[in-house]
Amino acid sequence: MGDNTAVSIENVSKSYRIVHNVVQHSTLAEQFVHKLTHPRAARPESETFWAVRDISFEVGRGEVVGIIGRNGAGKSTLLKLLSRITEPTSGQISLYGRLGSLLEVGTGFHPELTGKENIYLNGAILGMRRREIDAQLEAIVEFAGVSQFLDTPVKRYSSGMYVRLAFAVAAHLNPEILVIDEVLAVGDMEFQKKCLGKMKDVASGGRTVLFVSHQMQAIQALCQKAVFLKAGRLDFYGDVPTAIRKYMASGQNSVITANDMRRPGTGEVRFSKFDLNKRTYNSLDDITLDIEVAALTEHAPNYFISIEVHNAMGAPVLHLDSRLLNQEYEAIPRRRLRYTVRQTRLAQGDYRVHAYLCAAGVMDKFEDAAELTVEPILPYPAWRSDCVSSAAYYPEFDITDLPLEAEAGDELIDTIAS
Amino acid sequence: MLAEESTRQRVKPLIVIKASSGWASVNLAEIWQFRDLLVTLAARDVKLRYRQTALGAIWVVLQPLMAAGIFAFVFGRVANLAKPGDPIPYFVLSYVGLLGWNIFASTLGKISGSLIGNAGLVSKVYFPRLILPLSTVCSTLVDFGVASILLVLLMIANHIVPGPGLLLLPVFMVLLLMLSIGVGLAAAALTVTYRDVQYVLPVLTNLLLYASPVAYTIADVLHRIPAHLHWAVYLNPLASLIEGFRWSILGRGAIHPAEILGAALASAVVFAWGALSFKKMERRFADVI
Repeated sequence: MGDNTAVSIENVSKSYRIVHNVVQHSTLAEQFVHKLTHPRAARPESETFWAVRDISFEVGRGEVVGIIGRNGAGKSTLLKLLSRITEPTSGQISLYGRLGSLLEVGTGFHPELTGKENIYLNGAILGMRRREIDAQLEAIVEFAGVSQFLDTPVKRYSSGMYVRLAFAVAAHLNPEILVIDEVLAVGDMEFQKKCLGKMKDVASGGRTVLFVSHQMQAIQALCQKAVFLKAGRLDFYGDVPTAIRKYMASGQNSVITANDMRRPGTGEVRFSKFDLNKRTYNSLDDITLDIEVAALTEHAPNYFISIEVHNAMGAPVLHLDSRLLNQEYEAIPRRRLRYTVRQTRLAQGDYRVHAYLCAAGVMDKFEDAAELTVEPILPYPAWRSDCVSSAAYYPEFDITDLPLEAEAGDELIDTIAS
Repeated sequence: MLAEESTRQRVKPLIVIKASSGWASVNLAEIWQFRDLLVTLAARDVKLRYRQTALGAIWVVLQPLMAAGIFAFVFGRVANLAKPGDPIPYFVLSYVGLLGWNIFASTLGKISGSLIGNAGLVSKVYFPRLILPLSTVCSTLVDFGVASILLVLLMIANHIVPGPGLLLLPVFMVLLLMLSIGVGLAAAALTVTYRDVQYVLPVLTNLLLYASPVAYTIADVLHRIPAHLHWAVYLNPLASLIEGFRWSILGRGAIHPAEILGAALASAVVFAWGALSFKKMERRFADVI
């Protein structure tokens, strides 16, 4: 290991224990009552789930490295390990310098405090000393463009101002190693450009940046190298184009892992499979989506399925709700369904798919169930995905039952999508 | 800045992150490193408490004032504990008892909720987790300072002059804080996995209020129970500490060095136990919260 190493990750793994067939209890009393009322309940089975497994790589001083991978690939866990929020189960990370992490803008902002007070609070939380903040205060305020509102409680800020202020504090952190998670997905176009510019400055100033994003344009624009993670393991570390190619080609199917059983929701029914047949579409393509829903308890109520497609800015653009087709489903142990959405006419850009199983409340909240990319048919300039209307619209779609035994074959797609 | 950084090049890593095992030690150096955060968080708590309430600081005084009024009536009049012709009004006795009690109860309450209340921070940024509970102590002390202004006025109005015992006041306050921080830390760590603690704690605290000599003095109890049961009163370390707290201000109360020492020892043990169990749970907080 040379003198020029900034971060060295050696055989790092992180596991979580997941407990199956048990109703989650958060209080002792509930647990006790459950024991009394279900004396013969099977002992919970636990399973070890490796969020990150045996990852090793080194990042040199002054390098900007992108970390990419599908959801559940371990990106966030890796960042959490680097920023010491959780401990690795095994392995070792050596940091040659102070590390600042920006996992969510505005961490620790308090709505009742003024802009200025929040700058100090947030700065301190991110590990800045008070005199460092004093020295940077003017630059922070100017970058965020909130000088008139410094003494206003941030609860009266617009969401744009809020985000700008939060990013400004973080951008003026001066650690040797900066870890950033997906912050560019916020703010308006102009501010995004400003952020990108600032991050370039940070990098050219000799600092090391680790940057997680789903936006390949940003990775391409900023990073010299990229790490591609797949199912918790390091699949590729090297030049950006290769990493992006691997990312694009990866995971045709969303594989449901044990991790998904930890999703929010009551858990009476859960998605057990969520399979977008393709990842890349153009505006006039049909989207076909195969899902499987499993009832995990005996008396689960009837449910409806709501699937939303959000654009890169997090605004819903498609809403596929089975209620629109007057469909409610009985909670049978296993059910396979196929969604066919005809001619989405989505503008080019990256989209995320969120899926919900609901009765009176939400039984399974499966956010980021899948991602899809719509490629331009016409030669559009880049960075236009935000021009999509923010109002969800209801495309033409239908849901068909699929036989339980057969695997989804091509001939099925032909017959049903016609 | 570039030059400054290149001179800081190290071959030895600055930070090594790996799985910790067993009882991790409490890293005081690291807490010192994060002292600015401690101060900022404490300032936040204080500011928020005194902002946005119409009466602001008045509440801090009003709460013990009203409670002392009720205690003076119930214990002094109805239960007839007030001695006729006592130069120190029963009201002042219970007000002082409440100030001591509040140091304990408010520290305990704030610390036990500090992790859950800041779950957003705990799961998003790293800092020594002990900072969160420790920062709440400051606002307790500010509250105490505000409430003791009224105490001074009350003492002047009643011509009460504190004796040399006043020098021991900081000792009793530190012991009270240690005891409450210890219990609070253990409760905070437990609350993360079992939310029951949140509901049980206020009930227990309320019981403890009446089990401790806040609204009465130890002497009031001792001559009402048989002599062979006197030791039971001192099982509660709070008894000696609150009695001592009141004694150091008003010179009233039965102070026995042995019992004080016992309570001090208990506080230290509880403090260490709380800090260690907090430390032991620390690495799991972000995964569970």
